[in-house]
Amino acid sequence: MKIGFFVPCYIDAIHPQAAISTYGLLKKLGLDVEFIERGSCCGLPELDMGYIKHSCSLEKGIVSLISDKGYDYVVVPSGICTDQFRDHFNEVEQTPEIEHFRATVHDPVEFLHDILKITELPGHPRFPYRVALHNGCHSLRYLNEARPTELMIKPFDKCADLLKLVDGLEVGYATRRDECCGFGGTYSIWDPSCSGQQGRDKVSDYARNGFKYVTSQDMSCMIHQQTIARKNGLDLKMFYITEILNGDAKP
Amino acid sequence: MRQVNQVKLGAEFIDKQAHREMHDRCLWAARMRRDKVAASIPEWEEMRELASQIKLHTLSQLDSYLQQFATNAEANGIHVHWARDAEEHNNIILDIFRQHNVKTVTKGKSMTMDECGMREFMGRHGIDIYEADLGERIQQLDNQRPSHIVMPAIHKLRSDVASLFARTLGSDKDIDDPHYLNSVMRADMRKKYIKVDAGMSGVNFGIAETGGIVVCTNEGNADISANLPPLYVATMGLEKLIPRQSDLPLFIRLLSRSALGLDMTQYTSHYHGPRKGQEMHLVILDNGRSERLTSPDYWEVLKCIRCGACMNTCPVFRRTSGISYDAIYMGPIGIVLEPSYDLYKYARLPYSCTHCGSCGDVCPVKVPIPHLVFYWRSEVVKHGFGQFTHNVEEDLAEPILKSTTNLAMAEKMGLWALRNIPKSIMESPLNPWAKEHSDPIAPEETFRQYYERNIKPHKEND
Repeated sequence: MKIGFFVPCYIDAIHPQAAISTYGLLKKLGLDVEFIERGSCCGLPELDMGYIKHSCSLEKGIVSLISDKGYDYVVVPSGICTDQFRDHFNEVEQTPEIEHFRATVHDPVEFLHDILKITELPGHPRFPYRVALHNGCHSLRYLNEARPTELMIKPFDKCADLLKLVDGLEVGYATRRDECCGFGGTYSIWDPSCSGQQGRDKVSDYARNGFKYVTSQDMSCMIHQQTIARKNGLDLKMFYITEILNGDAKP
Repeated sequence: MRQVNQVKLGAEFIDKQAHREMHDRCLWAARMRRDKVAASIPEWEEMRELASQIKLHTLSQLDSYLQQFATNAEANGIHVHWARDAEEHNNIILDIFRQHNVKTVTKGKSMTMDECGMREFMGRHGIDIYEADLGERIQQLDNQRPSHIVMPAIHKLRSDVASLFARTLGSDKDIDDPHYLNSVMRADMRKKYIKVDAGMSGVNFGIAETGGIVVCTNEGNADISANLPPLYVATMGLEKLIPRQSDLPLFIRLLSRSALGLDMTQYTSHYHGPRKGQEMHLVILDNGRSERLTSPDYWEVLKCIRCGACMNTCPVFRRTSGISYDAIYMGPIGIVLEPSYDLYKYARLPYSCTHCGSCGDVCPVKVPIPHLVFYWRSEVVKHGFGQFTHNVEEDLAEPILKSTTNLAMAEKMGLWALRNIPKSIMESPLNPWAKEHSDPIAPEETFRQYYERNIKPHKEND
């Protein structure tokens, strides 16, 4: 099984530990992982804003990176970018190779939970704390990694399943467990008041519930929440989920 | 013409802490009640799917259902009128009122009539219209649009209502007890109800099979309008049809549970014709609907049954209020509906969304709102109505984001800035991110650098 490892731009620059931990975990699981060295942007920021021509040009760039590489799966440590590839990557020709890519691109949670179906973690990591789990909106409602509270279907939560494999870790949630934290990509820049208010509401929800640690399968939400928590003097530490799963999270 | 700026108006509401907190709390409570009652029905998700299918089916054969409906309604003794647009709608009703020498009217809540600017139009022609829905009447007295489809004054505090009533109805401005305020309104409205010449209401469902209409309210505002005066005029958007009487219970079960988390609206009234001695008119309004129906991209907005569930769940709406959308339809459904009326004026609305997707999940008829947000943003850009700042950002970003070399360079420059430029500059007002966020702490190295240093050399030795 050959795995392409795509590192989104914002992970690379702002929170590379998410990629380091994911890569490390995949290697510990004995997998053949190839870092897609010339990785660029998936096109989400452009598509998100309605700039289809721009996103098309970005998507073309991605096509050249994955063509003829023979990846069985591509793992992307970011829910929003995974969703971009799977649900929106429509501006380029849909060749069999692209169709295969879109069907086999996963974020680490899906890959570990649905593809590898792991039941234990290498090295038996320990994190003996209560951790608030924030299911990012894209992972929740577009990648279907948990039941959104508004859908009346059988409850499931893939992140929680994985976190329960960590020794001593207790999974918890904010009171409004899956309300959007207000990041929304470029939304946080163009509507800072509302985005900020949503973020403040989210981090104070954690604080009210006595959480010190928060994790998510979407680092973009975590960066937003972490920097808002810091601005408001709240003692909260945010981790990408594989940082905990790979034993890299430092309390 | 001026573009609606929801971000600016929303920020003003966010700054009013007491209002924002109350608004968010009340609507979140409605969403929680909705979750609770929906969870008590095992077939809830099947109901949503079925309702969506029935709506799609009806819309795909709307011409024949409309004819069937109109024929049956007329056979029931209802005068049916067809209005191509708001102007025709208003003139049809004005003619009816003039024939009956109508001077004052009581009206149940109707978004469709709001869409036509009907009340203001009648006012200009010397006809006074009194809203019979309490929230809507509050908004009328305050000369302000409803801020929510089913809770028109939800953005107001009790104290706001107390001072409004003091100003307009002469009550005591220091008493904001709801019972007192209700009694003030009741005393005022009763004097008016007794004298009205005609009543009006909107329509929730038109039933093709029977030619009857169904109006759902919690205060009986449609009922007093329909039952008291000798003349009753209802307005129905042409998408409000359902095929059969037996389809109705499904929609009734979904409507109020989605809207307020109540099992049913207090009043679910069926009007299949005029009562004895009454004259009943129904105006069927197009106003762009048939054009929307021909669009393969956004015809599904016509499925909307106007429950407001998308507003209650929307994290942006709850913090900014419906007033900030400065449009007839607000919140998630508003931002995908208003651009179809006027793309330039409402070009900014589709950007008032974080893409959380919750609106799509609560919608009882599965209007694909999240998908339509993407669609309208691309239409805005395609028509050249994108905001200048967005255009600049996207034009600058594209060459950086698409090239690995440029991206790596930009990342390095950004990290250098984070490490070396003083906080006072990085977090200056010129940086919109810094308004609410601290700057991220720059990592020691990017993943690329980490890879080059730690992984690649070993790989090459393998």
